[in-house]
Amino acid sequence: MKVTVCIGSSCHIKGSRQVVTQLQRLITQHNLEEKVTLGGTFCMGQCQKSVCVTVDDAFHSVSPETVEEFFTNHIFAKVRG
Amino acid sequence: MEKFDKKVVRKFDTKVQYLKYKVLREVARHAWDDTLAKNVMDIPKNIVPGKQPTMRCCIYKERAILGERVKIAMGGDPDNKNIIQVIDIACDECPAAGYEVTDSCRGCLANRCEDVCPRGAISFDHNHVAHIDKSKCVECGKCAQVCPYSAIVNRKRPCQIACKVKAISINEEQAAIIDEEKCTSCGACVYRCPFGAISDKSYILDVIDLIKQSENSKKFKVYAVVAPSVSSQFSYAKLGQVITGLKELGFHTVVEAALGADLVAMSEAKELTEKGFLTSSCCPAFVSYVKSEFPDLVQHISHNLSPMVEISKYIKKTDPTAKTVFIGPCTAKKAEAQLESAKPYVDSVLTFEELQALFDSKSMDITTLEEGVLDNASYFGRIFARSGGLSDAVVQALKEQGLEDFTLKAIACNGIEECRLALLKKRKGVLDANFIEGMACIGGCIGGAGCLTHGVKDKAEVDKYGKEAMEKTISEAISLIK
Repeated sequence: MKVTVCIGSSCHIKGSRQVVTQLQRLITQHNLEEKVTLGGTFCMGQCQKSVCVTVDDAFHSVSPETVEEFFTNHIFAKVRG
Repeated sequence: MEKFDKKVVRKFDTKVQYLKYKVLREVARHAWDDTLAKNVMDIPKNIVPGKQPTMRCCIYKERAILGERVKIAMGGDPDNKNIIQVIDIACDECPAAGYEVTDSCRGCLANRCEDVCPRGAISFDHNHVAHIDKSKCVECGKCAQVCPYSAIVNRKRPCQIACKVKAISINEEQAAIIDEEKCTSCGACVYRCPFGAISDKSYILDVIDLIKQSENSKKFKVYAVVAPSVSSQFSYAKLGQVITGLKELGFHTVVEAALGADLVAMSEAKELTEKGFLTSSCCPAFVSYVKSEFPDLVQHISHNLSPMVEISKYIKKTDPTAKTVFIGPCTAKKAEAQLESAKPYVDSVLTFEELQALFDSKSMDITTLEEGVLDNASYFGRIFARSGGLSDAVVQALKEQGLEDFTLKAIACNGIEECRLALLKKRKGVLDANFIEGMACIGGCIGGAGCLTHGVKDKAEVDKYGKEAMEKTISEAISLIK
């Protein structure tokens, strides 16, 4: 699974660093390093929905407050199938 | 030439820049409309339409020179590898006689000029007026310094005075020629020639082509990588409006080159502790100067890629089909982008002058746009734009990596002459420093030849912009891309 977090200016200001840090922590905590690749990109063109995150090709709007919930529903649940 | 009104003054330092800009703007305008091939020959006439000459001896010469400017705006002479090109017919063949006695000589009794001349080159005629024997004169300038009437002047060409690496000489036709081996492409002569007879080749057409081919980011994305010196430019508008303007032009997004500088600061600090002595590698004109004049010191140049290349490389890592365009104050970056080390990552380079022409080629008044945001880098990455900033960033990077045990003794060389002095000292083993920050332009990048304007407040503007960065440390800024 490929998870991409937007690190462009708008998303950065709305907390993409916190989102990335949290995701890194959660991925390590659940030993998912081999199943989930975390990457960055500059701008997904949907700045009003920032922080923009894609899981494979599915788009999600995430914030530092909702990142745990997002991880549980859209990453952990899917990887565990 | 049309009146140099206030609206224009706020955009440029000189009329020479304004003229160059008008040519770029016209070329770009036709390129967007796909009408360049049809109209290219008419651009000179459209710029000077009247029957009366406005700048030169006759309208035909004006148009001939403008024709040459059009060629440079379209990429210049492909057989000439240098980014910096002389427009022979625009060179006004300024006097290049060296020291001369003018009419102001009053034939005084003191004759200090004669006393101070180390070569006995000064004699006096029957009116006691001084004369310089050119066969003896070594151009030391001491006579000019002591004359109480300032009657002795140095008739040196502005381009030669500007070129501190002594790459400019005069040919048999009295036109300036550039020694391509010595030239660092810094652009000092471009900015200083009062007739605009030396210019930097433009790749504005390549950029327009890239943007058009991208089809609004559908085929691929074109990223604008903007240098932190942008903070001292476009002062008639807000930085956020420049960012929105770039997106309106068709760039997918804008990324700070300063984030590349953050990366560089970290690895440069580490490399310094490993090697014990280092020169910076950010400024392409400085690197080119070391390579041509101090080949024995090349081993000390940091192995880091420049911030421009570093961030472009990262962008292409995240988006393999991306195209990157660096936009900055620098003509030498155009040369750097053609080096093997940069070519795979940097697709083209524009100056701020050219960006202004691009905005206006689309008749875009950026002051009416909404403010976008630009925030990728830390304070330290951003202050690379001014002299001393890189050294400050290395101090911080040592601290953040727990390498404080290494005592940094940096010398921030402000301009190529200071660089030369430091390099000479290093060669002789008498340099009291372990890090040379080499910046070819006075003031650092904010003094670059591709800037729209140069002013005393530029440094303060960079520092202010630096402090506005959301991330306060280098580690935080780069944690996103590591």
